[in-house]
Amino acid sequence: MAVITYRQAIKDALAEEIMRDENVFVMGEEVAQYNGAYKVTEGLWARFGDKRLVDAPISEAGFIGLGIGSAMMGLRPVIEMMFFSFVYVAWDQAVNNASSLRYMSGGKINVPLVIRGPANGGTNVGATHSHTPENLVANFPGLKVVCPATPADAKGLMKAAIRDNDPVFVMESTVLYGMEGEVPDDEDFIVPLGKADVKREGKDLTIVAHGRSVLMALEAAKELSEKHKIEVEVVDLRSIRPLDEETIIKSVKKTGRALLVEENKPYCGIGAQISHLIQRRCFDYLDAPVHRISAVDAPAFYSPPVEKVQLPEAPIIIREALDMLNVKR
Amino acid sequence: MSTETKDQAAQAKQDLFAHAKAPINQKLTAEQKIKLYTDMVRIRKFEQAALQSYQKGKMGGFLHLYIGQEATAIGTISLTEENDHIITAYRDHGHALAVGMTMNECMAELFGKFTGCSKGKGGSMHYFAPEKRYWGGHGIVGGQTPLGLGIAYALKYRGLKGCCLCYLGDGAINQGAFHESLNLASLWSIPVIYIIENNRYSMGTSQARSSAYPEAGLASRAEGYNMEWDRIDGSNLYEIRAKVHVAMERARNESRPMILEIDTYRYYGHSIADANHKKYRTKEEIEDYQNNKDPISVYQQILVAEGVLDEDKIKDIDSAAKEEAKASVDFAENSPYPPAQELLTDVYWTTDNPGQHSNQGRMFFNDRLPWDDEYQA
Ligand SMILES: Cc1ncc(C[n+]2csc(CCOP(=O)(O)OP(=O)(O)O)c2C)c(N)n1
Repeated sequence: MAVITYRQAIKDALAEEIMRDENVFVMGEEVAQYNGAYKVTEGLWARFGDKRLVDAPISEAGFIGLGIGSAMMGLRPVIEMMFFSFVYVAWDQAVNNASSLRYMSGGKINVPLVIRGPANGGTNVGATHSHTPENLVANFPGLKVVCPATPADAKGLMKAAIRDNDPVFVMESTVLYGMEGEVPDDEDFIVPLGKADVKREGKDLTIVAHGRSVLMALEAAKELSEKHKIEVEVVDLRSIRPLDEETIIKSVKKTGRALLVEENKPYCGIGAQISHLIQRRCFDYLDAPVHRISAVDAPAFYSPPVEKVQLPEAPIIIREALDMLNVKR
Repeated sequence: MSTETKDQAAQAKQDLFAHAKAPINQKLTAEQKIKLYTDMVRIRKFEQAALQSYQKGKMGGFLHLYIGQEATAIGTISLTEENDHIITAYRDHGHALAVGMTMNECMAELFGKFTGCSKGKGGSMHYFAPEKRYWGGHGIVGGQTPLGLGIAYALKYRGLKGCCLCYLGDGAINQGAFHESLNLASLWSIPVIYIIENNRYSMGTSQARSSAYPEAGLASRAEGYNMEWDRIDGSNLYEIRAKVHVAMERARNESRPMILEIDTYRYYGHSIADANHKKYRTKEEIEDYQNNKDPISVYQQILVAEGVLDEDKIKDIDSAAKEEAKASVDFAENSPYPPAQELLTDVYWTTDNPGQHSNQGRMFFNDRLPWDDEYQA
């Protein structure tokens, strides 16, 4: 195992899959000669050339649609969104074409497409550039969506996504690119889509999170243990759709309490879905109502100190957990 | 100097003044000419101050500088009349100052302060001043082009004699939204003028790598839509005013759209975070533009030749603009950040009548807000 960054892990996944399968290519704005706006594809153009790393003009509907068409022909395009916020320009292609072609054709057509790139707020770039659309993507049957929170998951999920025969959205987190972690060297290391991961074991409370919120949850769990002797179990969803319901249920049955943390907006959010799951499957096991933490329900704020309040941070998670356990703060 | 290069030099000099005689420029008083010059200098000084503040870590997010392109904003916006409207992309500081937004409100917005033009909610890419008929900076490439169409549509709908100046970059012409806008603009005869500020690059991608058939001129896309187009030297304020005036008159009087491509250049990277910009452009290319086509120097040269400006006056204008920019940094620095409660204002339309409020989405932290007393305690 090597210790590498989240960014490097994704790059390794891309490079390995490009080498493994000649159908794999990467397309997007500034992915080739510029080496990627966030340097995720740095060096890949020099290594693999114009055919496998393709710089596209600013025409998201065009090149996402192209990705879908070429995937119908059996290629395996990996389309980079410079920011996930720009996927909306191609929303019609993604939801009217990518999500439904297999269904509408009675299973005759597959769309082995990956759409990947940085999502989430926290970088003070205002409302148009800070979207976290995993709940929207997950709303469309036919689409899959994953949100890795560690370098190992980033690599494993990316490889699984590229090998998957359905359209998969891989939402990376801009603020995680520099994070380091251990990543298996095995070229066939994958993290299966639809498998959650217990990132920390505990008995008093379950926190369900994904993406950057997992790190916030782990930070909170550490402090709760050290200062309050509360042992939190942290379930990292990794896949938003398909969702690993059994891992969530097992954990909540064990701890009797569920706190759902997400950077999405709350309305019609992922927390609502999971909250429903828990009341349906774990009602008799609950010692407290399910609690939810999300981003504050407004478009992303520009001003740095205010945006920080908008997103779930560890102190908020700690406060909420203590309240759920009736511990005096 | 060979005769040939002498001729070329004479030709170039002539070109510099070629548009001074355009009626719209001839009407300018010395005072107005100096104001145009001053406004360009103000944009530059504002942005230099912003750059310095950014480098000191005083602001977050993006900073897309307009330096090198000043003549476009000033040249075009100086032509607007009471029914003319303006909308642009994220490289919006120049247009904002040109419509008369103050340096203070603009700088404070960059700093994320409550006194900023968007109360600290928008940042560099999202300046707005609808009361000045300035419908803002927009962050999604090409996203403003149908909006500009809609603004002009509203003018026509109301029977007003005006037009909308809609700015976009050379990269934005490849967005579907732009092409849909062109078709509708021509089909329905909408008084919108698309101004392509062609600074030759979209981020690190040159036109040759992003637009098919760049030799034809990007504005020639208009032909497929039966729309008029023209190309303009973006370093020459008089030329910009002369040609854009023609387009605006046509839009106002005949309600016809047009595409104008203004050849210009940005001195800095795509944004301040663009560490690559020395790789995709050569030093010579940048210096050539700075030395020979800088819009402020070019106009300065013209005004000196016309006897409108002299050394002293130039220095005065320079230092006044610098002072003003510096004061705006002080203003921004001494302004408060927005209170956290501002997160929830302006999400929906509200009125003084609580029964009519549509601010309904208040659901987070289990209906608690991060700043609630009970929660903070
Ligand atoms: C839909 C969309 N795709 C990509 C981006 C990222 N992006 C921001 S600016 C830019 C380059 C635009 O270049 P151009 O239109 O020529 O304008 P310029 O920066 O030259 O003023 C890109 C790719 C974006 N903001 N929106």
